[in-house]
Amino acid sequence: MKDELTNAVVELREDDALAIVDRLLGAGADPIGILDDSKRAMEVIGEKFACGEAFIPELIMAGEIMQEISAKLRPHLANSPGSGALGVVVLGTVEGDIHDIGKDIVATMLDIAGFEVVDLGVDVKVQRFIEVAREQNAGIIAMSCLLTNAIDAMKRTVAATRGAGLDGTRIMIGGAPVTQQIVAYTGADGFGKDAVEAVELAKTWLGGA
Amino acid sequence: MFTEDWDKLTPDQRYEERMKAWFATEAGIPFVSDEVRDAWRERVQMLRDVIELRKPKRVPVLPMGGFFAAQYSGLTARELYYDYPKAQDAYLKVNADFDFDGAFSTFAGVFPGEMYDILDLKLVSWPGHGTGDDAPFQYNEKEWMKDDEYDLLLRDPSDYWQRVYLPRIFGALEPWSMLAPFTDIWEPPINVPTFFPFSLPPMQQMLEKLVKAGEAAGRWIMGPGAVDGQVAAAYGRPGFFGGAAKAPYDILGDTLRGTRGIMLDKFRRPEKVLEACERLVPLAIDQGRRGCDFTKVPIVFMPLHKGADGFLSDADFHKFYWPTLKAVIKGLIDEGLVVWLFAEGGYDTRLQAIAESDIPRGRTVWLFDATDMKEVKRHLGGFQCFAGNVPGGLLIAGTPADVDDYVKRLIADVAGDGGYLLAPGVVTDEAKPECVRAMIEAGKRYGAQI
Repeated sequence: MKDELTNAVVELREDDALAIVDRLLGAGADPIGILDDSKRAMEVIGEKFACGEAFIPELIMAGEIMQEISAKLRPHLANSPGSGALGVVVLGTVEGDIHDIGKDIVATMLDIAGFEVVDLGVDVKVQRFIEVAREQNAGIIAMSCLLTNAIDAMKRTVAATRGAGLDGTRIMIGGAPVTQQIVAYTGADGFGKDAVEAVELAKTWLGGA
Repeated sequence: MFTEDWDKLTPDQRYEERMKAWFATEAGIPFVSDEVRDAWRERVQMLRDVIELRKPKRVPVLPMGGFFAAQYSGLTARELYYDYPKAQDAYLKVNADFDFDGAFSTFAGVFPGEMYDILDLKLVSWPGHGTGDDAPFQYNEKEWMKDDEYDLLLRDPSDYWQRVYLPRIFGALEPWSMLAPFTDIWEPPINVPTFFPFSLPPMQQMLEKLVKAGEAAGRWIMGPGAVDGQVAAAYGRPGFFGGAAKAPYDILGDTLRGTRGIMLDKFRRPEKVLEACERLVPLAIDQGRRGCDFTKVPIVFMPLHKGADGFLSDADFHKFYWPTLKAVIKGLIDEGLVVWLFAEGGYDTRLQAIAESDIPRGRTVWLFDATDMKEVKRHLGGFQCFAGNVPGGLLIAGTPADVDDYVKRLIADVAGDGGYLLAPGVVTDEAKPECVRAMIEAGKRYGAQI
């Protein structure tokens, strides 16, 4: 019974998953338990992604189901204890680039892994990363890009952050053109080639690995 | 068409006719000297050689034109879109200074800002209109086609495009949605209401804007759009894309349903996605063919987007992406054309499908980006021409020595049997000029020794 919801989400049976949530809520089940089951499913999908059994459409569909489940649970959850326990990640697509799909997947996966994600959206100016990272006492700034053109924006943002007294904040970058060479070029601390690697790296840095 | 008995010709005969017609375009090019004309001939011949899987005189080195032209000339990207004389000079300068074997073209991503301002294009943001003055154009991802509109699209794609899609992506064309389908027009007096909306002020304003947009298009075509012709005449560098087409799944996923929309549709309404892809096959073939009929350059450019590694499972690639892409490729080859597939991203997991396909031998060029080129050769060598893959990141962050190393190794690994041409793996927006130069020089040096 307990695996019923997890399995439905893992198999991306959207209608089934939502019907199960309705039924469980109707029967007075603990919403935190429902949320945990759904998150477990997302972790399984993340593992499948890491080993090449699931792909971007599966991550997006799973994220969609997760959001629909969260919307159903929200009225039943005063707040969600435990989330964000691993630290704050300030995330955004850098200045000059408006691509959000990769960034959104990373945000979802970090959130599920237990980080508090502050998503600044796309075309994020250099100063905005710094201000918010300072305000939120961020452990990590995560920058996304798709365009090669945005690599210099990453480099500028990293340089400005280094000069802004955010010594405890690590910087990860990611996106199609990013390689180890680009990490060195921009001065970032590391990169994830996909959302799963980004989460692994974040855990290595802030604990929880 | 190219001959009076075109309908009776086999695809191979059509190919021969189209190749002849391409070489014959030299009669219309005002070459600055006989040497330049000879260089042009030699380059077209090298392209033909690699397409037909022969060893060329040396490995051709082709550019993938982009914003680099602006950067190199010290222009903003915005100026490339709005200041035609400057844009034209920038492209001529790149072509003067970099000795590629094909034109560094305005084809990839530069378009007339003025025209799209008039039309109020919402689909894309460009420098000076939504993105910064120095950022290249970018798509505004959105469900421009709603998830419940598949049946509308399937019933009559042209009508859907005209009366639903156009008014959404062009603010200036909103009144178009007032029109009835043109298929209503069969005889008087039934079609009188068809013409009535043209009496309304919004419709008349729209028509005025269309006239202005048409004039703006003309100014661009005579300016930056004419650069490729000037480059051929001045430097003997041929343009190598005669027309363009897209994979049906990309037509649907890129600008109609959007990346997210198509990925969700695959789960929620897979049959509709498949039906729509089928419906778009003949339209894509027709579009690619018409471009090449006009330019006489027999190569159709097809940028591939949503079939790359990671964007679909292997099973879904074979179900949703590949069958209709292959149908378009084969349809174009039936017309005697060469299909140039720009496989952006990684294609490692798709190589086997290409290798095992029934695409006629020596009629496609596959330009790879982040794909293992040794595997490419193993799968496609002797079957289809392949190209690539100097990384965009290397041209930005590497040194000329790094680029030289990369090209040297690449040519040693894959060029030995012919059927290969050297090119960047991505459109060149940002790059160090010395790295671009190193790529060309290394390509020519090592590519002469195969």
